[in-house]
Amino acid sequence: MSEITSLTLYELIKNIKEKKISSNEAAKSFVDRAEKSKKINAYVTENFENCLKLSKEFDDKPNFDLKLPGIPIAVKDLFCTNEVRTTAGSNILNNFVPTYESTVTQNIWNEGAILLGKLNCDEFAMGSSNETSFFGNVQNPIAEDLVPGGSSGGSSAALAANLTPVTIGTDTGGSIRQPASFTGTVGLKPTYGSCSRYGIVAFASSLDQAGPMSKDVKDSSILLEVISSFDKKDSTSIDFKRNNYSSELTRNIKGLKIGIPKEYRVDGMPDEIEKLWKKGIEYAKDCGAEIIDISLPHTSYALPTYYIVAPAEASSNLARYDGVKYGLRSSGKNLIDMYEKTRSEGFGEEVKRRVMIGTYVLSSGYYDAYYLKAQKVRQLIKQDFDQAYNKVDAILTPSTPSSAFKIGEKSNDPVSMYLNDIFTVPVNLAGLPGISIPAGVDKNNYPLGLQIIGKPFDEQTVLNIAYSMEEKINYKNYITDWWMK
Amino acid sequence: MVVCDNIFYHMTIDLKTVKHISKLARISLEEKKAEKLATDMNSIFEFIEKLNELNTDNVEPLTSIAETTLRFRDDKITSKNIREKILKNSPEKNDDFFVVPKVVE
Repeated sequence: MSEITSLTLYELIKNIKEKKISSNEAAKSFVDRAEKSKKINAYVTENFENCLKLSKEFDDKPNFDLKLPGIPIAVKDLFCTNEVRTTAGSNILNNFVPTYESTVTQNIWNEGAILLGKLNCDEFAMGSSNETSFFGNVQNPIAEDLVPGGSSGGSSAALAANLTPVTIGTDTGGSIRQPASFTGTVGLKPTYGSCSRYGIVAFASSLDQAGPMSKDVKDSSILLEVISSFDKKDSTSIDFKRNNYSSELTRNIKGLKIGIPKEYRVDGMPDEIEKLWKKGIEYAKDCGAEIIDISLPHTSYALPTYYIVAPAEASSNLARYDGVKYGLRSSGKNLIDMYEKTRSEGFGEEVKRRVMIGTYVLSSGYYDAYYLKAQKVRQLIKQDFDQAYNKVDAILTPSTPSSAFKIGEKSNDPVSMYLNDIFTVPVNLAGLPGISIPAGVDKNNYPLGLQIIGKPFDEQTVLNIAYSMEEKINYKNYITDWWMK
Repeated sequence: MVVCDNIFYHMTIDLKTVKHISKLARISLEEKKAEKLATDMNSIFEFIEKLNELNTDNVEPLTSIAETTLRFRDDKITSKNIREKILKNSPEKNDDFFVVPKVVE
């Protein structure tokens, strides 16, 4: 049997249920590996001792009917975890210890999972490379000094480095799918309203969604089944009939219609991305899908729209960090001075930039010109998808316009950093489900991903297409453990 | 910045505007950082200007992606005795209160 840490979630569950591996053995393996993998900088907060203790307790009184029986799991540090520090990658929450639990994490503990620790991410999930984190850069296990993507960069790195069997990220403009693409892993952003936002540190509330990240498609289906739930504590949670995603997973996608949007062929896109996409189309055909050319005419307006909507919502959401009730407080000569110094010292550069943009576009006299305009264009982007879905069941695109880049390469140019999310952002604006699966490598052997976008609430079709294509693509991540040497 | 007929023509965001916005956002800014922010914001707004190409006169703004009306909940207390929990993370407290710098002279 291969090492415990390299097993998929499905295999790990099977071994634990068959009593071939105990929960404590699994926890020990992941903790040991994490101890040797500090260089990756995946963890902001380790929960190792507690995890070992709880895994023992599970083994003493095991319940194998649970969906995640005694499985150690690390999650993005954007989910509030009761009595475990939650920072959102920010100095302003450096000492914040929640007294409540996010619904999504509560769902996985209810099914037997055990918290390994909290994973690094871009500050308040604002970033595409994990370089905006107060807790430092994260190394992509694929190669040294390569970014793991972002904002769920600690999650994607931990997953690719076999530090956790699966993980949960959040995706506001691509923060699950882009890091998955950069690390040769699978990441799914569910339909807006599928997974509760309760207890997730808010970035842009009309776009934020939690979702599974995993080594393969089947694992994402298992995790989605657990985390997707209707929750009264989130006013935008939607009460729809959720599938049993893992048991309904099938490779039979014969006759499904998959759309190829011509607008995703952007200027300056490397040849290898174009080739990967073409290969993906062939794989989809091999799986029995019918390929149909479609048009999403407003695609090029998605990013400018996003960079109005997301900062506007962020500036409102982040107004709560004022040094009064929780988080960092800097001293000031009066209340206003205290607010201003706290926020200046507590927030990093990218967060300040976005709060400033958001404040500007919402400020008196500019609201109609920016925010209202963006909401109108967002409508047009959503209508593009609505019309496309009259003809097709799903849409196939590249996940990102390039492979992972070097640490520091784009950190001084915000706009070039934003362009990373060009293929993922429209999906958030339209509230749709989208998955990134590894589909090949570039000339440097860095992973490249393909994205499958589905109809609202049709995660099952997205997963089925991904599952079917995954078998044909047969991608394998080659991780040399270079950071241990 | 001139706004007319819902079309905006971008003019440079100057240092004065950046400082005004930083006041509104309650973020104190050093001079040097303010200059850098002005440069960054200008390049971002240049990029955002692309939306001007579109005529959106007859488009309804999308205010909620989920086409549902907000649910009502019962007007009932669901959490009790959480005073300690709420105060637990406060940077400064005094018995049952959050403490802030003096506001009234």
